[in-house]
Amino acid sequence: MSRIATATPARGSVALLVGTRKGAFIVKSDPQRRRWRLAGPHFFGHIVHHMVLDPRDRRTLLVAARTGHLGPSVFRSTDFGRSWREAKRPPAFAKAQEGAKGREVDHVFWLTPDHISEPRAWYAGTSPQGLFRSADGGDTWDPVAGFNQHPMREQWTGGEKDGTPDGPKLHSILVDPRDPAHLYIGMSSGGVFESRDRGASWQPLNTGCRADFLPDPFPEYGHDPHCVRLHPLAPDRIYQQNHCGIYRMERTEGRWVRIGETMPKSVGDIGFPLALHPRDPDTLWVIPMDGTSVWPRTSPGGKPAVYATGNAGRSWRRLDRGLPRAQAWWTVKRQALSADAHQPVGVYFGTTGGEIWGSTDEGKRFACLGRNLPHIYSVEAAELGR
Amino acid sequence: MNVLIPSNLADYTGQRHRVAASGATLAEALEDLDRRHPGIRFRICSEQDRIRRHIKIFINGGQADGLEAPVAADDEIMIVCALSGG
Repeated sequence: MSRIATATPARGSVALLVGTRKGAFIVKSDPQRRRWRLAGPHFFGHIVHHMVLDPRDRRTLLVAARTGHLGPSVFRSTDFGRSWREAKRPPAFAKAQEGAKGREVDHVFWLTPDHISEPRAWYAGTSPQGLFRSADGGDTWDPVAGFNQHPMREQWTGGEKDGTPDGPKLHSILVDPRDPAHLYIGMSSGGVFESRDRGASWQPLNTGCRADFLPDPFPEYGHDPHCVRLHPLAPDRIYQQNHCGIYRMERTEGRWVRIGETMPKSVGDIGFPLALHPRDPDTLWVIPMDGTSVWPRTSPGGKPAVYATGNAGRSWRRLDRGLPRAQAWWTVKRQALSADAHQPVGVYFGTTGGEIWGSTDEGKRFACLGRNLPHIYSVEAAELGR
Repeated sequence: MNVLIPSNLADYTGQRHRVAASGATLAEALEDLDRRHPGIRFRICSEQDRIRRHIKIFINGGQADGLEAPVAADDEIMIVCALSGG
């Protein structure tokens, strides 16, 4: 969710920005969100991990792309996708000293617009875990040395055996809307980290969160947050969908509290994505997946459902009207669930089976908005306001 | 020297598959290629100056092990991207 915090519901068209394994697509609604039109592909044949609209101008799009064989890059459009230019200097680690191995960006995974007071600035997270910042609208990128060169970085991120099968990732870059110097990041693996000085220094923020795959199940770092979200109107309220459950933190308390144990035991609280209501800090949506035995990572029992809470996780309700009733074995990845800012809120997600599903009534009923797309990595709901 | 460009890099060269570059080493030739066709080098080589995992570069038919390989004005450099995967 990348939008400017406001208590006023949005009006007008919504665009779903869809990143897939074979390119990017845009699904645009009419102002009433009744009809949806799919356009694309952009960057046909590229692996697009993330496409984000700049909420500060509602025209600039940034895309994190690579192909299976070429190096990673970032593309930018200042006319909502009519034309594209590649970044002059994409995110890249600093050159290692002679004799040292040095890190290489495999792919750019996550894009976040910086604070509203920094109108052309962006952050990018990469695989392997790296943090980068652009001050010129995504044209040139510099490493955030306070993280990338941190003396604890190797210990925080772990070795080659840690991280996801297609590479460890830095994701969920969050900027406190009250303070551009206050940042959070999530790393798979590594955990959640916080900076209060624009990334110059970092501290682990994992107290209370399990990492039951490690010898110490409550370590200082080494966790696997899948998706971390900060509420734009209540920025001290943070949620995460973790490898080990769903958690909430009141930053003033500084401790993660597991809120997924109130999910049905037959479903569990393992999943990838998490989306927040734009105005109600107690309401969020998750999409559980099968995290048993060998971790199939599909909808449990082949029966997909969104789960919502309206009381910050004290209870959850199943939302599956309109979704397949059985034999639907897809996965929704960590960037592929998003909510718009309308009233009622629209909830949208994309599947590894190439389907886009949406609800314009906060999840009461879902409809398929597009199908037969490639494997979907990301869906971002963007307000066009026109 | 001539540089043969594979189809998946041709967006950088205006869809030309044979372009010119100059330099005394492969590194210099790729730097010059990037001056003429901005952005192409980073898709071929990493920030640590290593040829990317799925790319091979041949000089007059022989595979180059690294960017320090010497090249001459009448050499032909061929950039090959693997075509594997789904």
